[in-house]
Amino acid sequence: MTRYLAARAVQTAITLALMSLIVFVLIGLMPGDPIDMMISGDPQMTSEDAARLRALYGLDKPLLERYLAWATQAAQGNFGYSRSFAQPVLTVLWPRLLNTLQLAGIAFILATAVALPLGIWAAAHPRSRADYLINLLCFAGLSAPPFWLALLFISLFSVSLGWLPAGGMAEPRPGASWTSSVGQQFRHLALPVLTLTLVQLGAYTRFMRGAMIEVLRQDYVRTARAKGASERRVMWGHAFANALAPVLTILALSFGGLVSGAVITETMFAWPGMGKAIYQAILDNDYNLALVGLLVATFATILGNLLADLAYVWVDPRVSLGNDAP
Amino acid sequence: MTALSPRRLVLKRLLRHSLARVSLVFLALLLLLSLAAPLIAQLRGIDPSATDLFRRFEPPSAGYWLGTDDLGRDLFQRLLDGGRVSLLVGMAGALLSAVLGAVVGVFAGYLGGRLDAILMRLTDGVIALPLLPLLIVLAAIDPRKIGVPAEIAQSETFSLYRIVVIVGLTGWTTVARLVRAETLSLKARDFTRAARALGARPLRIMFRHILPNTTGSLVVATTMSVGTLVLFESTLSFLGLGIQPPAASWGNMLTGAQELLQQAPMLAVWPGLLIFLTVIAFNFVGDGLQDALDPRSERR
Repeated sequence: MTRYLAARAVQTAITLALMSLIVFVLIGLMPGDPIDMMISGDPQMTSEDAARLRALYGLDKPLLERYLAWATQAAQGNFGYSRSFAQPVLTVLWPRLLNTLQLAGIAFILATAVALPLGIWAAAHPRSRADYLINLLCFAGLSAPPFWLALLFISLFSVSLGWLPAGGMAEPRPGASWTSSVGQQFRHLALPVLTLTLVQLGAYTRFMRGAMIEVLRQDYVRTARAKGASERRVMWGHAFANALAPVLTILALSFGGLVSGAVITETMFAWPGMGKAIYQAILDNDYNLALVGLLVATFATILGNLLADLAYVWVDPRVSLGNDAP
Repeated sequence: MTALSPRRLVLKRLLRHSLARVSLVFLALLLLLSLAAPLIAQLRGIDPSATDLFRRFEPPSAGYWLGTDDLGRDLFQRLLDGGRVSLLVGMAGALLSAVLGAVVGVFAGYLGGRLDAILMRLTDGVIALPLLPLLIVLAAIDPRKIGVPAEIAQSETFSLYRIVVIVGLTGWTTVARLVRAETLSLKARDFTRAARALGARPLRIMFRHILPNTTGSLVVATTMSVGTLVLFESTLSFLGLGIQPPAASWGNMLTGAQELLQQAPMLAVWPGLLIFLTVIAFNFVGDGLQDALDPRSERR
C-alpha cells in the first residue's frame, strides 16, 4: 500500500511538472503580455520604458528559460503573485477553492443522491415506461448546455419571478442574525447548485443503470434468484454492491473534474470560485494565477483518480493494488 | 425473414428506435435548411448580416419569422447561419477525433509493448486534464505567436479551422481506448492470423483487416461525440473564444443575451434550444446505432 502510494505520488509530481510546462508555454502564446497592459494603462510610458520593464520582469528571455526560473521558485513553494489581485497566488486561490468545494460539493451530493436510486430503479424495471422516461431525462440532462440552463434559470427565477438572486455570494451584513445570513447564503447557492446538479444528473444515472444491468445479467444473480432470495435482497445485497465499484470510479473522477469544471456555472452566476478565477485570469493575462489555478485543478483531478482507485479496492475485494498488470 | 445485408439490417433496426428516427429527420432537416440558408435569405429578400437599428427587437411577423435581434438582424436567418457553423464544427471535429483516436488505438493495440504503454499513459493523462479551462487557454492563444501570418490569423475561415482542431483534440481519447480494446481482441482472431501468415505487413493488417472491423463502434462513438463537440464549440463561442462575431454561431448569439433578458427573453431561448435539440438528437442517433449494432439487443 505504502509502495503503491509512493509510486502514485511520483507519477503525480511528473504529471504536474509536465502540465505546468505545457500550460506555461500555452500561456506564453496568448496575445499580449503584462507590459502591454501597463502600456495601455499609462499613456506616458515610452517604448524604452516598456523595454526596460520587460527586462526587469525577465519577459525578454526565451520561454523555456522563463519556465525554468518559474519552476525553481515553485519547487521552493513560491508560486508568485497574482497581477490583477496584487496578492500571492495562493492567498487568492484558497478562499476560491473553498467556495468551489462548497458549491460543487452540495451539487455533487444532490446529484448522487438522486442519480443512484434512479439508476437502480430504472435497471430493476428495464424497458418499462418509467425506464424510458428516465432515459429521456438523462439524455436531456447530458445534452443541455450549462450556460443556457443558467440563462433560463436566471430569466425565470430572477428576472421574471424575482424569487432568487441572479448571482454573487451573500455579503455578510453587520447586525444580521446567524440564521438569516445562512438563509441568504442558501438563496445565493440555489440557482448555481440547481444548474450544476442537473448537468451531472444524467451521466450518473446512466452509469448506475448501465452498471446495474450488467451485473443483473451475471450468473450469481441468477443463482441468488434461484435460491429464492427476495428481489430486494438480490438488488441490494447481491447486485448493488457489485455494480457500485465502476460507478464509484466515475463519481470520484467527476468530482475531481468539478473543481475546474464549474467554470461556466461559476461565471454565469458570478460565484467567486476556482473555475471563474481561472477563466478571469486567462482573460486578464494574469499568468501566474491562471497557471497555478490550472495546476491546482489538475491536482484535484489526479486526486479524484487516486480516490477512485482506492474506492475500487475498498468496494471490490477481488481487485488489489499490488499486481498492476499491464 | 428474408436475408438482409448487415448494413441494411442495422439501418432497419436503427429506424425501429423511434427516438433515433425522429432525431435523424430533425438533423437532416436542420442540415438541409442551414446549408440552404443563403438561398432562403435571397428568396425572402433578407440580408442576415445587415444591421438596422430602427428595427431592433421586432416581434415575430410575416417579414421576420422569429423577430429581430438587438442589432435588427433577422433571427431566423441568423439561427440557420449559426446552425451551419455549429454542425460543421461538430461534425468536422468529431471526424478529426475519430481519425486521431483510431490511429492511436490501433497502433497501441496491435503493436503493443512499450508503444502501447506510452500511448495509453498519454491517453490517461489527457483524460485527467481539466478540460474546459485548457480549452479556454487553447482558444485564447494568439496564432501569430506560433508563426501564422497575421492576415490568415484574422480571417474567418482560420477561426473556423482553429476551433475544429481545438474541439477535435479533446474527443480522441474515448475513440482511442475503444479501438485499442477491439484491436486487442481482433488481433487474436483467425483472419488476422491468416493475413499475417500470408505475409501481410503490420500496416496492412492494421488498416485493411482490423480497423474496418471496428467500424461499428467507431460510428457510434463519432456520432455521440458530434453532440459533445457541438456543446464545446457553443460554450467557447459563448465565452467569446470560439466563432467570432459578426459570424453567427449558436454559442455567440447567446453571449449578449444575458443583459437583454428583460427586453428580449426569446433571444436567449432560440439558440440554446437549437443547441439542446441538436446535441440530444446526435445522442439519440448514437444510442439507436449502439442498440442496432449490438447483437445482444435482438434477444429482448
